[in-house]
Amino acid sequence: MLRITCPFCGERDQVEFAYGGDAASVFPDLADADLDRWTDAVFMRDNPRGDHREFWQHQHGCRQWLYVVRDTVTHEIKSTLPAREPRRAAATHEGRKG
Amino acid sequence: MSAQPCRLARGGRIDRSRALSFEFDGRSYAGFAGDTLASALLANGVHLIGRSFKYHRPRGIYTAGLEEPNALVSLRRGGRHEPNVAATTVELFDGLEARSQNSWPALDFDLMRVIDRVSRVFASGFYYKTFMGPTRGAWMFYEKFIRRATGFGTPPLERDPDRYEKGHAFCDVLVVGGGASGLAAALAAGRSGARVVLVEDGADLGGSLLSRPTGGDTDAWLRTVVGELRRLPNVRLMTRTTVFGAYDNLVFGLLERVGDHLPVPAPEQPRQRYWVLRARQVVLATGMLERPIVFGNNDLPGVMLASAGRSYVNRFAVIPGRKIVVFTNNDTAYAAALDLAASGIEVAVVDLRSAVSAELQHDARHAGIALHPGCAVARANGGMHVRSVEVCTFDSAQATIGDAKLRLPCDLLLVSGGWTPTLQLLGQRGAKPVYDEKRAMFVAAEIPRGYRVTGSATGEPGLRLRVASGLKQGSTAAQACGFAVSPDAESVGATFHDERIMTDITPVAAIPDPPDAGYRKKFVDFQHDVGFDDIALALREGYESIEHLKRYTTLGMALDQGKTSSVNALAIAARMLGRPINELGTTTFRPPYRPIAIGALAGPETGLHFKPIRRSPMHELHARNGAVFTTAGFWLRPWYYPKPGESPRDAYIREADAVRKAVGMVDVSSLGKIDVQGPDAAEFLNRVYTNGFDTLVIGKARYGVMLRPDGIVADDGTTSRLSENHYFMTTTTVGAGKVMTFLEYLLQTAWPELRVQLTSVTSQWAAIAVAGPRGRDLVAALVRDVDFENAAFPFMGVRHGHVGAIPVRLLRVSFSGEMAYELYTPAGFGEALWQALSDAGQPFGLVVYGVEALGALRIEKGHVAGAEIEGRTTLADMGLARMASKKKEYIGSALSRREGLIDGNRQQLVGLEAASSAVALRAGAILCEPGRHQGHGIGFVSSVTYSPALGRHIAMGFVAGGMSREGTVIDAVFPLRGEVTAVRVRSPHFVDPEGVRLNA
Ligand SMILES: [Zn+2]
Repeated sequence: MLRITCPFCGERDQVEFAYGGDAASVFPDLADADLDRWTDAVFMRDNPRGDHREFWQHQHGCRQWLYVVRDTVTHEIKSTLPAREPRRAAATHEGRKG
Repeated sequence: MSAQPCRLARGGRIDRSRALSFEFDGRSYAGFAGDTLASALLANGVHLIGRSFKYHRPRGIYTAGLEEPNALVSLRRGGRHEPNVAATTVELFDGLEARSQNSWPALDFDLMRVIDRVSRVFASGFYYKTFMGPTRGAWMFYEKFIRRATGFGTPPLERDPDRYEKGHAFCDVLVVGGGASGLAAALAAGRSGARVVLVEDGADLGGSLLSRPTGGDTDAWLRTVVGELRRLPNVRLMTRTTVFGAYDNLVFGLLERVGDHLPVPAPEQPRQRYWVLRARQVVLATGMLERPIVFGNNDLPGVMLASAGRSYVNRFAVIPGRKIVVFTNNDTAYAAALDLAASGIEVAVVDLRSAVSAELQHDARHAGIALHPGCAVARANGGMHVRSVEVCTFDSAQATIGDAKLRLPCDLLLVSGGWTPTLQLLGQRGAKPVYDEKRAMFVAAEIPRGYRVTGSATGEPGLRLRVASGLKQGSTAAQACGFAVSPDAESVGATFHDERIMTDITPVAAIPDPPDAGYRKKFVDFQHDVGFDDIALALREGYESIEHLKRYTTLGMALDQGKTSSVNALAIAARMLGRPINELGTTTFRPPYRPIAIGALAGPETGLHFKPIRRSPMHELHARNGAVFTTAGFWLRPWYYPKPGESPRDAYIREADAVRKAVGMVDVSSLGKIDVQGPDAAEFLNRVYTNGFDTLVIGKARYGVMLRPDGIVADDGTTSRLSENHYFMTTTTVGAGKVMTFLEYLLQTAWPELRVQLTSVTSQWAAIAVAGPRGRDLVAALVRDVDFENAAFPFMGVRHGHVGAIPVRLLRVSFSGEMAYELYTPAGFGEALWQALSDAGQPFGLVVYGVEALGALRIEKGHVAGAEIEGRTTLADMGLARMASKKKEYIGSALSRREGLIDGNRQQLVGLEAASSAVALRAGAILCEPGRHQGHGIGFVSSVTYSPALGRHIAMGFVAGGMSREGTVIDAVFPLRGEVTAVRVRSPHFVDPEGVRLNA
């Protein structure tokens, strides 16, 4: 039974949230129809002992998707961010490289 | 009602001013408030409580607590009937009805006792050996016999009339256990101002102090401490409550038995309350439990734990026997022997140890107790109750038995084989205890973060030290939560003299059979009837791992979860294998610590409250019009509207027929509706739908299909473009939540750069579909501000108009193949719009129809729905390959091209019609080549209806080869009912394949 601190609503009980899968795997660009890359993104998952990056949705709250780091051994929630932020940061980073 | 022959005239913690009457197996008895069912039965001289699980051996009361393995009874009647309750945990109330279990035809004359004589049948591994492998068929023969012969009480057959509640609770310091050390911990923590919750399983606080003689200085200490705790507003004392589970992040599962001690719960009160409690620190003051010693016939009624004997005499003023033998391997049993002797009862002590301390010898002699050191009880004698014990000499160094020495007559045998700290909650967190050879007990080793252990649970024997430890742990727990502890926080203001600290033990768990005594069963796990020999057999057969031993013998797997048996089993196995106990390890502890009613976990979420119910804005109108409702997801939808005398089938056929011939209307408010707005809305829709949406013009709608990322079809619906950056999407009723969540996921995780806002507006809109050849006439007659000419308002057009003052959004779309409109209006206008249509519809022959007719009409048109979009089907499987745009990529497009999904041999959508008009078809039937009904067949039937238009049953289904089979006849097989029906494969567009009616 977790308590997740929603960046928008504050600390709430797990029952308000829905787990949304591995946040380490991201969909390739739609224009990229490479079968292997899509197979990796949709089906292949790591099963780490320790920190796991994952999406949760505050379904019975603000409905925002969250990017959560959870320890798979202790179930401790290490951090919670709006899901947009890591992706935006990555996009900005890519942009700079380009 | 009889007198209480075994009740002492004075003493005890019972309330003699409140006499209670209760029944056991139909006989009436008397007891007092403060009794348990077990103590009241013993006061009345009733020892025989039930029959054992496998062998139907007579069993009595073995303990005075929740570890009770034997005295299981059924309570109450009807919907409140409750099986498998330990009589030792039942608080007596007036009118309590209890019954014995597992006996047939009567408790004292049980025919199934014969099993005991042929018990080889039930040796461990019996089920595996007999019913797996080549003799598996034997189960068919034996099942009836075995089901009757073995097992526990029967479940209730009626609905439980009581309510169960759930609650969430929070505290700084949770103290588990209301004995001396727990109370001390709560006091020290509570004085700091920390929010403290103290949880005690029993009705009274005090723990083992309650088993001491009344009137001692510990009673005064208890009153002082409990009094101060009750005055602290930040301390909550929860009695009759069990902490049954310890979970991650200091979350605990609690069960509060609010009404179990009453005949029926108090008004407005639940029977039980399930709490999820979150603590910042926890102090475990869970105490310890005494262990039996294993010897011949050690399960006879009249054999019980020494601590239980002490509890019955001191707490309940019950003399459980007149002539008592105490059999022990340690010092602690002397406390019971001395207290019983002080009550004037004849007591003898048989002590395994040859060297008993001089003080204990002195005390025993002084109390008139006959002491037999260096001896063991090799077996108990008696049929239904212990009559005597065989005492042999015993070499405690070698643990070998010597010659028979004497036979001691007795009617009560108290046993003490040592103690086991209660560490299950730590075990549930994965912190395994380790065995301390010197103290002969498992003690806590690794303590998880946030946890503390105090009192007897640490194995500490001295009360004074246990209380000091409780105060200390309470203080440090409060400090860990950031509370300041004053220097005098750990002084109580009441003192007591400690009892003599008794720790010596010779850890022998099982007594070998004496050479000339003959074989008697020796039980380790009473509740599952697992004996010493079963462990020996399992080890001989190679089940040496403790987890395997447990599963093979079922030891420790009964309701009591091995509370009195696990450590003895380990000790026996370790000795047989010649290995230390720590090498064998312990089995894994899992919640719950004691049995919990499923009803308590379900709480109020049963029946109608199991899931939410969603109703359309027009629900009341439908109900008044006689609709019969069905569920679709969370929704209640009109299924059909029967006229007097109509069967469901008559009704939907009439409704569907009328739609084809005149006009009908149906409530489609449950369709999922999503408002999509933003400069990138077109781009977004283009990415999520398989077909193009960037070309959709304002004022038009388009049918769209979405895939899952893996290429399988997810959902479908129409989306209208209302303005440049504003779209109105509909989804299926059942798919609405899933689609909304997935679209939000895409926008927030994958495409945060898209400027799109989604709003679920499902509940904001009422929706009515009007369909039929006269549909346009009806709608045009009613709606103003809209030109209904074909050219002005073409198929898939979207317009805005009014019905009187009611604003209406109209979509010219059709699910039935008829000329049809969907009318959307803000939910509050739903009833008015429905009524207006209903009133205006009479001249046009308007009928109202439900989802059964809706289904019939869509199947006649070959439109796919939930039965076809069922999580395994692709666009091509459903004949919708044209919906897959080749000009763009979209969610699911890459993986929809996987080899397995484009295989030409996949089962594809076809229409099916019954070859004969006289037979019905069934959804779920397996499609097979004619006469070849083995295996998985070549497909299946997904949707079925009677078609008024075709005058026979038609269906949609998936079949290998799809439309290449058009015109052939195959078999629809339904093995559950033994039905085989010939069906002809044809196009799923049964009615009006050219779409003439749609555009008429
Ligand atoms: Zn939130």
